[in-house]
Amino acid sequence: MALIKVENLTKIYNTTAVPVKALNNVSVEFEKGEFTAIVGPSGSGKTTFLNMIGGLDKPSEGQIIVDGVKLADLKGSKLVEYRLHHIGFVFQAYNLIPVFSALENVEFIMLLQGVPKKERQQRARELLEAVGLGDRLNNRPGQLSGGQQQRVAVARALASRPEFVLADEPTANLDSKSADDLLDLMENLNQKYNMTFIFSTHDARVIKRARRVVTLRDGAVVNDQTSN
Amino acid sequence: MYLNLSWRNIWRNKKRTLIALASVFFAVITAVNMRSMQLGSYAYMIHSTARFYNGYLQIQNKQYWEKRSLENSILQDSLDFSRLKQVHHVLGLAPRLEAFTLLSFGNTTRVGQIIGIEPEQENKVTNLKTRLIAGEYLRQDDYAALVSKGLAQMLGLSLGDSLVLYGQAYHGQIAASLLPVKGIIEYPIRELNNSMVYIPLQAAQDIFLMPGRLTSVAIMIDENRHLKDVKEKVARLIPPHYRVIDWPTMLPELHQSIQFDNISGMLMLAILYVVIAFGVFGTIVMMISERVREFGILIAVGMKKTRLLIVTFGEIVFISLIGALTGILGALPIVYYFASHPIRFTGEAARSFDALGIEPVFNFSTDPTIFLNQALVVFLIALATFAYPIFFIKKLEPDKALRS
Ligand SMILES: Nc1ncnc2c1ncn2[C@@H]1O[C@H](COP(=O)(O)OP(=O)(O)OP(=O)(O)O)[C@@H](O)[C@H]1O
Ligand SMILES: [Mg+2]
Repeated sequence: MALIKVENLTKIYNTTAVPVKALNNVSVEFEKGEFTAIVGPSGSGKTTFLNMIGGLDKPSEGQIIVDGVKLADLKGSKLVEYRLHHIGFVFQAYNLIPVFSALENVEFIMLLQGVPKKERQQRARELLEAVGLGDRLNNRPGQLSGGQQQRVAVARALASRPEFVLADEPTANLDSKSADDLLDLMENLNQKYNMTFIFSTHDARVIKRARRVVTLRDGAVVNDQTSN
Repeated sequence: MYLNLSWRNIWRNKKRTLIALASVFFAVITAVNMRSMQLGSYAYMIHSTARFYNGYLQIQNKQYWEKRSLENSILQDSLDFSRLKQVHHVLGLAPRLEAFTLLSFGNTTRVGQIIGIEPEQENKVTNLKTRLIAGEYLRQDDYAALVSKGLAQMLGLSLGDSLVLYGQAYHGQIAASLLPVKGIIEYPIRELNNSMVYIPLQAAQDIFLMPGRLTSVAIMIDENRHLKDVKEKVARLIPPHYRVIDWPTMLPELHQSIQFDNISGMLMLAILYVVIAFGVFGTIVMMISERVREFGILIAVGMKKTRLLIVTFGEIVFISLIGALTGILGALPIVYYFASHPIRFTGEAARSFDALGIEPVFNFSTDPTIFLNQALVVFLIALATFAYPIFFIKKLEPDKALRS
C-alpha cells in the first residue's frame, strides 16, 4: 500500500476577485523510501500541493490518505498532533527559532512531542553531528550560514522520527555548493534510513538528483518519471 | 524550555522591550504619585478637621446628634475607657458635656457653647493647649473657664474676671454659675472664636445637674484609612443603645467635596490608564506582526496554538510584571520623599487653608495599598493587551503565514 495517496485533489482559492484553481484534479501516490522532486514553473501549484499533503491547508475536492488515515478526518489539534508525529517539514527559509541555538531548535520539536530531556538532547546532538554541524551545536541561526541553517532544519525535521519529510524549495536560498551539500545530506539520509523525501524545486541541478520527478503545470500533473 | 523561549523572545528586540517596560514603569510611578498625593491630601484635610473639634468618631446617645439635648446623654460609667483606649489606632478619647447657655458679664449677654472636658484627654484629641493665648490651661479639679477670644472681647472679659452662666440644666432644671476666667483661647474660625467656653467636666456635670453623664466622647485616631475598622471595634465595646457616629456623618460637606474631587482624580487616572494601554498594546502588536512567519512555521511543524499562546503570554507577563515591580520600587523613594517634605502651595486655596489654621501643603500618602493597587491595575491593563495575541494566533492559518 502506498504511503501517501492523493486522489482527485483540487484546490481553488476563493479569496481573490477571480477564483484561482491552484490544483486541478491531481492523483498521485508516493511509496516509502522515495526521493522525489515536485517541479514546475512558478505558480504551478508546488507549494499548494505540499501544503495539502502536510495538512496545512484543506482540499476543495478530493482526498489525501496517509498511511491509511484520511487527513480530512483529522480536526483541529488532532491535525497538529498528526503533523508533529508523522511529518518532517523543511521550508525555503527562516525555518528556525531565532532565539534558540541549533541544538535547542532540534530539541524543541521533541519537547513538543514530550520526549524526555536526556533523550532529546542526546538525539539532537547525534542528528546535528549527522548533518555535519557537530561543532556548531550552540550557535544561533543568525550565526550560521544559509546552508548550515537548512541542515539544522533537516536535522529538526528528522528529530521527530517522521514517516516522511516535505521540503518546499529547501535550496532556493542557497548557492550551488551549499545546495549540492544539502542534497548529498538528504540523499544520504534517504539511503541510510530509507527516509522518504518529497521536495519541490525549480533548480535543474537539484532535479537531476531526484529519483522520481513529478511535474506540475497549471495545477495538473503533466509528467511523472522515475529513473534508476 | 517554554519559559526559556519566552524569556529569550523578550530580549530579542531589546529596545522594544525596554520601551514597553518603560511605559509600564512610568505609568506605575505616575499613577502611584497621583493617587498618593490625592489620597494623602484628603487624609490630611480629614485629619486636620478631626483635630479641630469633632474627632474622627464620637460615641453618643442614639438621638443626640439630631436633638442636641441634654436629655439624650450617656452614662460615663457605662463606657470602659481603658478598653476603648486600647483599640488599635486610637490616639485619644475626649469625654465631653456640651450645652448652649446664656453668658453674661457686666451688662452684656451672649449665647455660648459650654464644653465640659477632661483637660488632658481633650488636649490629646484636639490639641486645645495650643490654642491658649493668655492665662493658663485648665486642671481637672478647677472651677474655672477657658473663654474664646472673640467671646471675651464681646463681653469685655479679661483674665480673672468672673463669667455668669445661666441656662437650662438636666430635666428642665436651671443651670446657673459664676466662673472665673482662667485662660483665653483663639480659634481661626469666627463662629467658634465667638462662642466656645471650656470648663472641667466635673464642674460642667455639677452646673448642669447631671453627675456621671456625658453628651459625647470624641475619638481621635491615627489615619482615616483605619476609620471603619476602629468604628466597628468601638461599636462592639459600647452599650447597644449608644451609637458611634463618624466624621462623614458629622461633616457631610467635607465628605461630599472629597468624594467629588476624588471622581475627577479617578477620571485623570482613567485617562492615564488608557494611554498606558495603547502604549503597551502598540508594542505587543509590533512584537506579534514581526513574527507571523515564525508562528506559521511553529504551528506547521506541530506546535499547538495554545502552547504558542502560553509562550506569548509568558512574554507579556514578564514585561508587565517587571515593569510594575520596578515601577513600585521607583515610586517608593519619590512618595516617601514628598511624604516627609510636603509640597507647600500658595494662592486662593492656600489662604483658605490658612484661615482654618491648617498648613497649606500637599501631603503624600504612603499607604501601601496605593502602591499595590496602582501596580496591580497597570499590570492588569498590560495583561489585557494579551487579548490581541489570542485573537491573532487563534486566527492564524499556517499556510498563509508561511506565504507571507
Ligand atoms: N492564499 C492564496 N490565495 C489565492 N491564491 C493563491 C493563494 N496561495 C496560492 N495561490 C495561487 O495558487 C497558485 C499556485 O501557487 P503555489 O504557491 O502553489 O505555486 P508554486 O508552484 O509553489 O510557485 P513558486 O514556484 O513561485 O513557489 C498560484 O497561482 C498562486 O497565485
Ligand atoms: Mg512555492
